[in-house]
Amino acid sequence: MSGAPGLAIAREWQRFTPGERLARFVVYLGVVAAIVASIQTVEVIPEFIADAPEQIGDMLRRMWPIAWGFYPEGVQAPLLESLHIATLGTVAAVLMAVPVAFLAARNVTPHAGLNYFAKLILVSARSVNTLIWALFFVAVFGPGALAGTMAIAFHSIGFTGKLLSEALEESNRGTIEALQATGAPWLSVAIKGYWPQVKPAFWAIVLFRWDINVRESAVLGLVGAGGVGMALDTALNLFQWDRVAMILVAILGVVIAAEIVVTGIRRRIL
Amino acid sequence: MTRGGPLSLPRETAAAARLAFPPNWWARAAWLAFAVYFVYAAAQLEFTPARFAAGLEHGAKFVSRLFPPDFHRWALLLKGMVESLQIAVVASALGVALSLPLSLMAARNLMPAWLTWPARLVMIFCRSFHPVIVAILFVKAVGFGALAGILALTVASVGFLGKLMTEAIEEISLKQVEAVRASGAPFMSVVMFAVVPQVFGRFVGFVAYETDANLRNSTMVGIVGAGGIGGTLFAAFQRFDYDFVCAIVLTIIALIMLGEVLTMRIKRIFRV
Repeated sequence: MSGAPGLAIAREWQRFTPGERLARFVVYLGVVAAIVASIQTVEVIPEFIADAPEQIGDMLRRMWPIAWGFYPEGVQAPLLESLHIATLGTVAAVLMAVPVAFLAARNVTPHAGLNYFAKLILVSARSVNTLIWALFFVAVFGPGALAGTMAIAFHSIGFTGKLLSEALEESNRGTIEALQATGAPWLSVAIKGYWPQVKPAFWAIVLFRWDINVRESAVLGLVGAGGVGMALDTALNLFQWDRVAMILVAILGVVIAAEIVVTGIRRRIL
Repeated sequence: MTRGGPLSLPRETAAAARLAFPPNWWARAAWLAFAVYFVYAAAQLEFTPARFAAGLEHGAKFVSRLFPPDFHRWALLLKGMVESLQIAVVASALGVALSLPLSLMAARNLMPAWLTWPARLVMIFCRSFHPVIVAILFVKAVGFGALAGILALTVASVGFLGKLMTEAIEEISLKQVEAVRASGAPFMSVVMFAVVPQVFGRFVGFVAYETDANLRNSTMVGIVGAGGIGGTLFAAFQRFDYDFVCAIVLTIIALIMLGEVLTMRIKRIFRV
């Protein structure tokens, strides 16, 4: 007496609603259209591609042997300067980002206007690339490490401030209420209530940003903002490819060393 | 009650136990060392109050010359922005096309060690240099223009996307892989029906993020001659055309914010 097979309605299960499928289709279509349009219109000179193998070979030949002797006289000092720029820039960024992050966190600052204002600062700091900040600060402070440090600091505000305010927003309400119930002043609530809760996130953010900043500090010199990029720029302009190779190897070494340091510190304190 | 007593502790411990927050001497030493470094480094870089004061004065002049922004050369601006967009789109597409197979090769839970190591090395190598430095090398290899920018950002995308995708693949549940394998499916079917469905949503998020990053960097690679608006921007800076600089920077910010809104929409559509 089971239902006749012919009566079973052929039901097809769909994972997504028609609206969702349409939205996805539109995205796919848009992506494909953008790629096709870009490939068709982008200006690529075929002769340059044909010439590429020869040029790469030429570059490698000029790079070898690497000018190891150039390291003590021309690389070490700017390389250290780059590291200083990255570290001081990160510190300055954190000092500026912490108050903004407190303002941006909705649970800390229950005032929508201030929240939006702080978020506007964070977004605009982030949207301007480090190199553009560097161009600005070179115009303000003149060429040199000060411009680079300020560029790193101002660009990093956006990143550190955003992540820090998110960490603050995730912090546990109970601890804060307990402190406020004892009549603790605002600073005590911040130091003994919020700080211990965001401490791991804080260090993770700072270390991550420092790692990024070490990489970025290497290119600041291309626009005159100090560090190893200045040496790179000079060597490039003079076509001293063996020196360029030396500088690249040095940057690679520092980047790898920074990554090892960050991994080591993370394992110890997080 | 009484000093000593049945629970008499050594004196320091007792004293420390009375403090709600005992001092962490190692942390304090680290802070002190860092403060010393801070002063040393600031001295090395010759940061002086006088320079800051002079900077403020220059800064005021500079800002006054930025405004009002000058959009008269909008054709030049538009051409550069379009080229930046093209670079970002093509580089992202190429980056995705390359990092999909590479991340599959690098996933330790699916592939043997002799295949994962080379793939990982390629990614680390791609990630270790800033895109602008990679762009310099490609400008030498393929000449000035958009192609150098595309290749440089492709390299950066492979390094970054490859790493994220590999991590995502390594986190999948192997039960589904085993189930598909047990049905006798060939390798590609295992990938298509056991791996891809588990990581697809996250991949969309990664690609959206990377496209965003490429858009930001595509406005920069022009500084070293690799196409896009960056070259126009740098030239305007060197000619002290600060009002045009302002127009360019405002356009870049608008484009990046638009890109961010768009990627957020896409993420919501794909429920990332």
